[in-house]
Amino acid sequence: MGDTILFKYVLSLGDDALISAQRLAQWAYKAPFLEEDIALSNISLDLFGRANFLLEYAAELKGENTTADDLAFKRDERKFTNLLMCEHPNGNFADTIVCRFFLDAYDKLFFYTLSKSRDKQLASIAAKAIKETTYHYRHSSNWVIRLGDGTDESHRKVQEAINNLWTFTGEFFKMTQTDIEMMKKKVGVDRKALKTEWDKTINDVCKEATLRIPEKSFMTTGGREGIHTEHLGHLLSDMQYLQRAYPDATW
Amino acid sequence: MVKAVSKDFIWELLEKIPDPEIPAVSIVDLGITREVIFKDDQIHITITPTYSGCPAISFMKEEIVRSLEQNGINNYQIHTALSPPWTTDWMSDEVKAKLSDAGIAPPGKLVHCPQCDTKNVEVISEFGSTACKALYKCNECHEPFHHFKQF
Repeated sequence: MGDTILFKYVLSLGDDALISAQRLAQWAYKAPFLEEDIALSNISLDLFGRANFLLEYAAELKGENTTADDLAFKRDERKFTNLLMCEHPNGNFADTIVCRFFLDAYDKLFFYTLSKSRDKQLASIAAKAIKETTYHYRHSSNWVIRLGDGTDESHRKVQEAINNLWTFTGEFFKMTQTDIEMMKKKVGVDRKALKTEWDKTINDVCKEATLRIPEKSFMTTGGREGIHTEHLGHLLSDMQYLQRAYPDATW
Repeated sequence: MVKAVSKDFIWELLEKIPDPEIPAVSIVDLGITREVIFKDDQIHITITPTYSGCPAISFMKEEIVRSLEQNGINNYQIHTALSPPWTTDWMSDEVKAKLSDAGIAPPGKLVHCPQCDTKNVEVISEFGSTACKALYKCNECHEPFHHFKQF
């Protein structure tokens, strides 16, 4: 297929959703309390749905009878191009909330721009994603405020999470060659341009939550090039186990 | 096999399929079935997912297939459309009343208790047993209830 750049682009967005969804699903049955267990599982489910739309589209672009399941279950770690933040382990509840807060704030801006894409399929997936991301963001940002402006312990934990995860935020705005080419064709998003607005959102919420943003920090990147943290391999070995042990098994 | 049926007949069949999570309303009531078109001896049915991750969508598709085939119809194609995205704004007042009768506060800016109709209610969790519902509690009659979120 001539559309290999579009394929790579759609695949990376599908990977963001899929890896985030799988990570969040690991909270099911062990969240701090029942309502939160349901909330995190519901958000995970939305992200799985989004991953399904994107990977089905990627599979269609690839052709050769590829399916969304092939892309999810039969690729190795180095072939995944999700942002590093998505694969980060859940840690404690504050770690997960901060991780989602950074990503939800980014997704809100990203999908809004993508909904104006010249590619009709991407635009309609984005329009659907915005609606869900809006309430995912409400959930994570409300928690950041509640924990930050909460007890000494919750404040300390959420501040630590911000300090630890900040290094993975630089990648949100780093344009790859694929991004640049997709942007030129008015299909993709200028991620670099989202930074000012994202910074403002994060600053406003953190201010209300009495939290500090780290000043200068080394930014860890590599997800979009398939260079991952050690955590992705473990996540995949769990997620892909069945298809690896029993290839093409169906219900 | 091509069977001569009318569009109205297809809609009637679809209207009989309940939502698997909220059986008080049909998939037509919720606006999941978007279009029925006859073209080149084929019946094209377009459906739309509510929430991206709603697991009920594949079940609904199976129910549509089952209902068509039970009625001897096999010249059909089912399509999925994402755009424009599904919204609760497509729900008629009649459908909202059905939800309310089933004990689910319908989508809307003001949430009323489906039991005693007061507006003195409180949100317990923005997420309920399904993606489309939030958990509420009535401060007057103290009954917990679901609210079908405005989406």
